[in-house]
Amino acid sequence: MKLTKTKEFKVFMEPISVANPVSVLVLGICSSLAVTTQLIPAFVMTFAMTAVLACSNVIISLMRNLIPKNIRIIVELTVISSLVILADQLLKAFMFDVSKMLSVFVGLIITNCIIMGRAEAFALGNGPWISFWDGIGNGLGYGWILVVVAFFRELLGSGTLFGFKIIPQAVYDFGYVDMGFMVLAPGAFIVIGLICWFQKTCIKES
Amino acid sequence: MFEHLLSLGIESIFINNILLAYFLGMCSFLACSKNIKTAIGLGFAVIFVLSITAPMNWLINEFLLKEGALAWAGFPAVDLSFLQFISFIATIAAMVQIVELVMEQFSPALYSALGIFLPLIAVNCSILGASLFMVERNYNFSETVVFGFGSGIGWLLAIVAMAAVQQKMSYANFPKGLAGFGVNMIITGLISMTFMAFAGIKLVG
Repeated sequence: MKLTKTKEFKVFMEPISVANPVSVLVLGICSSLAVTTQLIPAFVMTFAMTAVLACSNVIISLMRNLIPKNIRIIVELTVISSLVILADQLLKAFMFDVSKMLSVFVGLIITNCIIMGRAEAFALGNGPWISFWDGIGNGLGYGWILVVVAFFRELLGSGTLFGFKIIPQAVYDFGYVDMGFMVLAPGAFIVIGLICWFQKTCIKES
Repeated sequence: MFEHLLSLGIESIFINNILLAYFLGMCSFLACSKNIKTAIGLGFAVIFVLSITAPMNWLINEFLLKEGALAWAGFPAVDLSFLQFISFIATIAAMVQIVELVMEQFSPALYSALGIFLPLIAVNCSILGASLFMVERNYNFSETVVFGFGSGIGWLLAIVAMAAVQQKMSYANFPKGLAGFGVNMIITGLISMTFMAFAGIKLVG
């Protein structure tokens, strides 16, 4: 069987394209906006989110027959918050600067609706292996939106990418000015709205 | 002191609005802003829960989790701050449950108005976010009370404004693909821009 025909591949690809958690299902918007002023925190956030999502999906899927139905939410929350604590401690230990930049938003992965949503909708009804791929797929689907938003906000807002100057000084000499608006909150809302418009139009045509 | 608190309150309502400047609570904001009535109900429930959980979590952090917080129990060297996330979210979930029970028992009218929104709120990021912000900014108890309440009011204002715009918008004609999520984000951006006009206002120097 070809790789692209397997069930794993399908659950992996779907959230990246047609069932994107951010732009199509409207989940997990909070953090995707707040960490996107620069590319580096966006990448780190994507990584943390994907790791937490994949692990929580696997753990919850392994326990799916043991969790009593009526207390499942609190069990899920406990699993997720333990994983987030782990991610937070690791970030603090190895990437202190970025963890300062992300501030409370690492902790807010707990209440990110994508994680709860996938646990409820997928991991509770499927095996660990396929849940793992679902977690990775959703994490990356969330991540590429983050990175695209961060790319535009950093490039237009401060003329840099990954902290390096991209726009040459000569352009500034001609009177080009960084768009301070992009760094502020409204810029994020508008950029993500436009990306979603673009994506929806492309999906419909294909 | 009073002026300081007042200025913090104004700041958390308008200038650093928890939704429009920190993007917290977006999920329920987008999901429940179809009509004004629901928006108001949810908004009040958020105010209610925020003003209970923020001080609650402050007490937990101050007397149980912070470095050296357990000095009263004879463990001055213990630092449990890594347990912050899990204990905050547990407190929030438990408080929401308790509030729901108490409300059902003593105020059925209020329960029927806010009841369905309460479970939704347990996973609203603005609640956990407010608790985490109060730790990060080292607020004291009275500041936390004001901050929690103010953030709730700010959230209510934002969602009601959004609901009002959306109701008018149902007759508008958008390009295909933009309708729905896309246009909602852009409108939120515009509302957020208007709130930015408050930036720089300081009551006390």
